[in-house]
Amino acid sequence: MHLSRHFALAAALVASSAFAGQDSQQHALPASPEGNLVVGLCDGETSIEVKGVKPGDQLTREQGQQIADSLMREWRQKHPDAKWVVAAAGADVTGQVPQARAAGNGQFQTYGAYTERDQQIWKESTDRLVAEGKRIFHDAKALGGTNAISCDMCHPDGSNTHPETYPKFQTQLGRVALLRDMINWCIENPVRGKPFPDDDPRLKALEAYILAQRKGVALDYGKH
Amino acid sequence: MAHKSIETKYYEERASFFKDLTVMGALSRRGFLKVAGASAGIAAAKGLIVPQSFQLIEIAHAETAAPAFTVAYISDTHLYTRNVNDRFVRSAVKAVEDVNALDPQPDFVLFGGDLAQLGRREELDLGAQILKDLKAPVKMMVGEHDWFLDMGEHWRELFGPPQYSFDHKGIHFVTLMSVNEKDFWTARGMTPEERMQTVAGLDNGVQSRFEVGPEGRQWLEKDLAAVDKKTPVVIFSHSPLYKYYRNWNFWTDDADEVQAILSKFDTVSVIHGHTHQLLLNRIGNINFYGLLSTAWPWPYAPEGLPKLTVQMNRADPFNAFDGCGNGQLDVLASGMIDKVYNLWNRNPVTVRASYLTSNGAKDRPPATTLPSY
Repeated sequence: MHLSRHFALAAALVASSAFAGQDSQQHALPASPEGNLVVGLCDGETSIEVKGVKPGDQLTREQGQQIADSLMREWRQKHPDAKWVVAAAGADVTGQVPQARAAGNGQFQTYGAYTERDQQIWKESTDRLVAEGKRIFHDAKALGGTNAISCDMCHPDGSNTHPETYPKFQTQLGRVALLRDMINWCIENPVRGKPFPDDDPRLKALEAYILAQRKGVALDYGKH
Repeated sequence: MAHKSIETKYYEERASFFKDLTVMGALSRRGFLKVAGASAGIAAAKGLIVPQSFQLIEIAHAETAAPAFTVAYISDTHLYTRNVNDRFVRSAVKAVEDVNALDPQPDFVLFGGDLAQLGRREELDLGAQILKDLKAPVKMMVGEHDWFLDMGEHWRELFGPPQYSFDHKGIHFVTLMSVNEKDFWTARGMTPEERMQTVAGLDNGVQSRFEVGPEGRQWLEKDLAAVDKKTPVVIFSHSPLYKYYRNWNFWTDDADEVQAILSKFDTVSVIHGHTHQLLLNRIGNINFYGLLSTAWPWPYAPEGLPKLTVQMNRADPFNAFDGCGNGQLDVLASGMIDKVYNLWNRNPVTVRASYLTSNGAKDRPPATTLPSY
């Protein structure tokens, strides 16, 4: 029972975003006279008005759960003998995701069904990580350095970091190194700071920035 | 037996080779030939096709006429105060010791700009104090790192006007203030510290490009008006006085106008700081030579590198001094300049004026063996 509740919540949220857009032919949501938020279920028929909540308001998890539960309750009243899992699986998924890569003549799966908006969000998320890496790369304090040296002083625009050549045998270390080993080496030595743990978000951000600067350069691991 | 890295072996070999020598510059010609011969002998005995990297091949074929006089240079020390960063202080002191060990002493020492890292009084004072140890007289040039905190106020207090000229042994020398920038800070409401930090970042797109500026160019024209066109002219400029790579401000926005003024003279050399690398160019009849930094080397820019530049080998990050150094200008009787790049922990590289005047046909410097990635 608990599992199906979660499923219903997810379904309701998909419906909410899907039908909020201009493509509402499958499910025209009735307008609320008070301007309240109206949420539709992904069966394309059921919807409820959320009292006291305007479109764009932040909802708590509890409110979301209540909305999902109400929608499911209504759906079960309409279909007393049906099973939701079967109904959801049979739904016309393509119709639920406006602007998605259309099925057309090609193959289709939900994994590839993303919109331009999705891509924009993904790009922004990635760029945010790169930007954070850029910030740390240019900031001696953020690097935890003790001599006011930051990465950009020797590597403007991440130049001469050649991430495409790693892993490689780093002769001065006498062993094979990854890019992150060299980042940490620089933090420890020229920058005179403490190396970052492998799962440190700062290390991930630095890697993201350095790699982003070499977009399009052929990978050539082991190059000297 | 303990594993020894290539680097360790190299230094051991090198140390035993030079065990009796402290400073290369202290070698007499006779002593030098002895060492160079020995190094060639060792290389031959080992059956090496390529000579040892520390073999003194560069100076070995120094057969051109002795220079009329020599100018040493130290540049781009980027000093923080000692408590913030002692490495750059050590490097600056090392350069001063190098120059003081030259025998004979240079006629004067050019300081190529960027004495300080963030233009602070204490940084400039520290730099002035370190340079006071030089035995030869010093000619100061200003860099952007010295300027943009207080717009040159303290630098001028210490060293006087940033733009001046003088004559020495028949050569007309001009030191330019070539790191002016159009106001990018007022509209953005920046504090002086923010302005300085912005200029200090090479890959910071917010700042304006360097320029000598209309006033500076006017001053230059006036200064040169009294000089005979046959008099050799040597220009000291912090920014390169040509357009190399805009994104990093390896760039002088009014370079074309400045070059037009200089091109009227028969013999012109431009010595510039800022780029922290072995950098060579020839535009028209003007030879350009970049200076090394004592603080850190910069990678070659991804585009715009002048064709005549023979890249210095990429720097070893594991050696804090590698790719850094100082050097000297051997001013020939013609007024042309042979430039010695004294790369620390490497062979010095001499660039002959004839290499540039022949557009690369003659006296090519030794080839790059470790190019940039």
